Amino acid sequence: MVRVISRRLIQLVATVVALMTLVFFWLRSLPGGPVDALLGERATPQTRELLTRALGYDQPIWVQYGRFLKNVVTGNFGNSIRTGEPVTEVIGRAFPATIELAIAAIIIAIGLGIPLGYLAAKHRGRLLDNATIIVTLVGISIPIFFLGYLLKDWLTQDIHLFPPSGRISTGLGNTDVTGFFVLDGLLTRELDASADALWHLVLPAFTLATIPLAIIIRITRASVLDVLDEDYIRTADAKGLRHATVRKRHVLRNALLPVVTTIGLQTGALLAGAVLTEKVYNWGGLGTLITDSISGGRDYPVLQALILLAAIVFIVVNLAVDLSYAFIDPRVRVK
Amino acid sequence: MATLAENKRRRIEELIARTSEAGGVSLFRDAGRRLLRNPTAIVGGVLILLFLIIAIFAPLVAPHDPVQRFPELTRDLTVDHIPGPTAGHPLGSDPLGRDFASRMIYGARQTLFVGVLATLIGLLLGVLLGAIAGALGGRVDAIIMRLTDVMLALPSLLLAITLVALASQSTQWTVIIAVAVVNVPIFARLLRGSMLAQRESDHVLAARALGVKRHDIVLRHMLPNSLTAVIVQATLTFAVAILDAAALSFLGLGDPDINRAEWGLMLGVDGVRYFEVRPELAYFPALAIILVALGFTLLGESIREALDPKNRR
Amino acid sequence: MQAGRRRAVIAAGVIAALTIGAAGCAKSDRDSGTDDNKASGGTFIFAGAGDPKNFDPIFNDDGESFRPIRQLYDTLVTHKPGTADLTGGLAESWENDPTGKIWTFKLRSGVKFHDGTALDATAVCANFDRWFNMKGEAAQSQMIYYTDIFGGFAGSPDALYDNCKASDASTAVLTLKKYKGAFPGAFALTAFSIASPAALKQYDGDTVTQNGDSFSYSAFANEHPTGTGAFTFGGWNKATGEITLNRNADYWGDKAKVDKMIIKVIKDENTRKQELRAGTVQAIDFPAPADRKALAAEGYKVLDRPAFNILYLGINQKNNPKLKDLRVRQAIAYALNRAQLVQTKGPGGSAVADEFLPNTVLGYAPDVQKYEYDVAKAKQLLADAGATGLTLNFYYPTEVSRPYMPNPQEIFTVLANDLQAAGIKVNGVPRPWNGGFKDDVQQFGKQDLHMLGWTGDYNDPGNFVGTFFGRGKVEFGDQAMTDMFDAIGKADATVDQTAKKAAFEQVNRDLASKWLPAVPIWHAPPAVVTTKNVVGLVASPLTAEQFNTVSLTK
Repeated sequence: MVRVISRRLIQLVATVVALMTLVFFWLRSLPGGPVDALLGERATPQTRELLTRALGYDQPIWVQYGRFLKNVVTGNFGNSIRTGEPVTEVIGRAFPATIELAIAAIIIAIGLGIPLGYLAAKHRGRLLDNATIIVTLVGISIPIFFLGYLLKDWLTQDIHLFPPSGRISTGLGNTDVTGFFVLDGLLTRELDASADALWHLVLPAFTLATIPLAIIIRITRASVLDVLDEDYIRTADAKGLRHATVRKRHVLRNALLPVVTTIGLQTGALLAGAVLTEKVYNWGGLGTLITDSISGGRDYPVLQALILLAAIVFIVVNLAVDLSYAFIDPRVRVK
Repeated sequence: MATLAENKRRRIEELIARTSEAGGVSLFRDAGRRLLRNPTAIVGGVLILLFLIIAIFAPLVAPHDPVQRFPELTRDLTVDHIPGPTAGHPLGSDPLGRDFASRMIYGARQTLFVGVLATLIGLLLGVLLGAIAGALGGRVDAIIMRLTDVMLALPSLLLAITLVALASQSTQWTVIIAVAVVNVPIFARLLRGSMLAQRESDHVLAARALGVKRHDIVLRHMLPNSLTAVIVQATLTFAVAILDAAALSFLGLGDPDINRAEWGLMLGVDGVRYFEVRPELAYFPALAIILVALGFTLLGESIREALDPKNRR
Repeated sequence: MQAGRRRAVIAAGVIAALTIGAAGCAKSDRDSGTDDNKASGGTFIFAGAGDPKNFDPIFNDDGESFRPIRQLYDTLVTHKPGTADLTGGLAESWENDPTGKIWTFKLRSGVKFHDGTALDATAVCANFDRWFNMKGEAAQSQMIYYTDIFGGFAGSPDALYDNCKASDASTAVLTLKKYKGAFPGAFALTAFSIASPAALKQYDGDTVTQNGDSFSYSAFANEHPTGTGAFTFGGWNKATGEITLNRNADYWGDKAKVDKMIIKVIKDENTRKQELRAGTVQAIDFPAPADRKALAAEGYKVLDRPAFNILYLGINQKNNPKLKDLRVRQAIAYALNRAQLVQTKGPGGSAVADEFLPNTVLGYAPDVQKYEYDVAKAKQLLADAGATGLTLNFYYPTEVSRPYMPNPQEIFTVLANDLQAAGIKVNGVPRPWNGGFKDDVQQFGKQDLHMLGWTGDYNDPGNFVGTFFGRGKVEFGDQAMTDMFDAIGKADATVDQTAKKAAFEQVNRDLASKWLPAVPIWHAPPAVVTTKNVVGLVASPLTAEQFNTVSLTK
């Protein structure tokens, strides 16, 4: 077991170093880059030269690479070109914003998805069922950014029901403790800030929840139908158990298994959706950070760190999955 | 992210299981019959057919050239006013004084182009990779499967964004390649898995016992069955390609050539920018995208359902 | 199920207990006494379009950083509100000797920095000395305006600065190595705002360190910017994108009418408009051109800044020899239907440009050769020059929006369409603004044609024409157009203002008829929009609004 883990850890380090090297050289081969992004229209050739020297771009690429590696090993990803702060701070601030949004979206998707799916299955073939199916199909087919855009237009402009953008009202002066604004308000007893942050969450979370919601409804419906068909339910009914008991004890519990799996499986899709949702609602999370780092001026230090972060998260999770297989299946262990 | 891979893997296995279970050619006939009785499939089919007809015959259907600017439209055009329907221009103008109706019609063609290419490239590369893995087996198989595992974890939109960052300038090909790449592992696994599963299935064993030649078994029995799974996946891929192209344009990282009439581009750029000036510029492309994506999803799901052994009673 | 419910209840209890327990640990940062302030002027919230870099004027060169900096600091010379005309700032008056090299500033008395130290001639000279003696390539490379105007740093032969002496407490005498036409206008540049020498010293103002591909700035630049401005620094909350500025009760000029101003960063123009309508901000910068009319109709105040920018079609004469022929360049000018471009795509208040500078700037000539849209003439000129069937690589930027170029792709499409109609084949090459466009166009000169523009910094023709055509630039093919360089150089070096005006008028005439190194397209004024209750905001052509005059009515 120890050998498997240590071998995989070495693999992990090797993969990360290889990836970093690749990204480093690739980004440096591209036109434009930091010098272009740091200098506005007013730069003279003289400043350009100064900047090239100041950033060490006049040195051999191997020296630059060595310095980059040394920095990364010490946990220093450099400063963001756009904002001038350390990259770790930029990412650290965006992270809770996206997590807060994603959690809210999942809560909405589950809270609405399971009851709706169950109701649809219960009224199979009737109006409610058909309507639900159509709505979920449209939910999967509509460009999510456009849906967000429409919701925003109707509910913040035509009627001023929700705030149009951001995570909290301007000038509220909330105290930042964890970066999760709803939680921060509770911690510091600034309950108005919590309520305000929650209010700002509603529309973005609904937009982000669209696709997972549609999928959860469909899967709940399908699996409830599957379970209703199973012999043990028929047996239970035949035994004369009360309908409510059957439903509660057998149908829902068994039907929820695939649903629970699906919920866990929506993470990647949620992240892709967050990129669009955050742009629509000016939500300062990872999604906005990704697009801003590209279109807002090729912020390579941030991009490098994001790619690396994604790779590490992915490899670690993969490793965990592999190891859990090893526990379950003895054949893998032998190999 | 890894869990996304899990999800995709599971769906692939399900699909393989459904399509490989007994049946050769008779399965097609059977499934076809059930498809024709299924109203969902018919709706999907009609939507796609309509879309294909418009796309293929765009030059005949469209009243005008989609990139030409018309003096009668530019005359009243300003940055905060876009002329509505007039004689000869049933849907009015676009933000540059071009015929919006013609652009919508030619849009079908460009959208088809993006969708078909994304699907086709993914399919070809995937089938190739899957075939290599299946044929060589052993270490190569293991490496390829490991690689597909990694790729399965990527949502196509994020890959497309990364591609833009790495390629410097986005083009129409960014989204095509991103969607294609994301689908390569799916197709590869589908083909490989379904062939492996069939090797053990009754009808192949029976054929082998009857002394049918090996390549006959592969061509007549195994490949058709594997392809049904691939077709189902292809219809679903198409919808994703269209939606991703629109999303990239909205993020400002899509196809930069606004002369090109493509629905995603029209919605993501002009539709959003001029929403308050003329909402039709957003509604029409959005509706077109929803209908086409819906068509492909409906048909794909119906085929999948039709192939479901549970429904074969 | 029963057991499950019990577990859920216990879990909820634990979470609640943890939350309440933790509440004791986290302290609210809110100050309780702010309510007394609210009584008078209120809070003015302004939506800006991007993050500032930092708040040390000398290390910045972009509008989003300058917006808060202008409220925190003052310059020696400044602009009359709503114009590009000069008026006294920290200096009540200024004087240039006949050689043009010595500038004498009479300073306002009784002006104090936010840290309580006095603004006197020593403090002013300390700023000039600080800039000139700045050490380290990291710091120097970020002083873009300084390098441009003052030529270089201590030890450099190109450096313009000689010395600055305080002849008495209220008189600062600046001596330059030679005359430069940019002054006195350039003294009004926000980058040359005067900072407190004491605070600079205390908070390590000169320290700029490289970190990876970018730089870290000092505590002065990030947390303790100290100037003389109408507002003091309240903080920058990066998580919410809010920059807070507080009223400076000791300001020497008109004291701010609001108690507090918050600059809220909202990058998306559409979202800025929606926040304005929702009433969460009172003013927005750079509305989308398409939204201006609707906002005005809804009762918002749309304030147009007088145009002080230029969009031009650059011509690189190097790659395609045909472009060296003046007739071909004239054909391009005739082929473009600029009037139609302005009508169909120009933001409100925009106008066709015949020269490379707006008509409010010294040296604008009313009588230059104009190129009215004429396809037949364009075709004729091309035929005369033997350039029919010309194919040109037209580079245009993506992923950018500039006040002079709100939507580059649309402008490119229209211009390319016009050129094609005149028989010039256009090969469009899109490049991201920071991801290759500026490099390809200005460094490597890969293009034949390109779109670019400029927003003026101060009222001087050298700032427009001189920047573009005063020397050989890769952008235009690095041609030895010595006549042009000499004429502009001479005009720029003319000390007498009447002679300078005449010289630049001739330069502009020749640019249009003889040289035509590029085709001016339009002047497109950017706007500011406020709610009805915002009073006293004066839009500046230089995007240099001062917010101390703003008040909020009920």
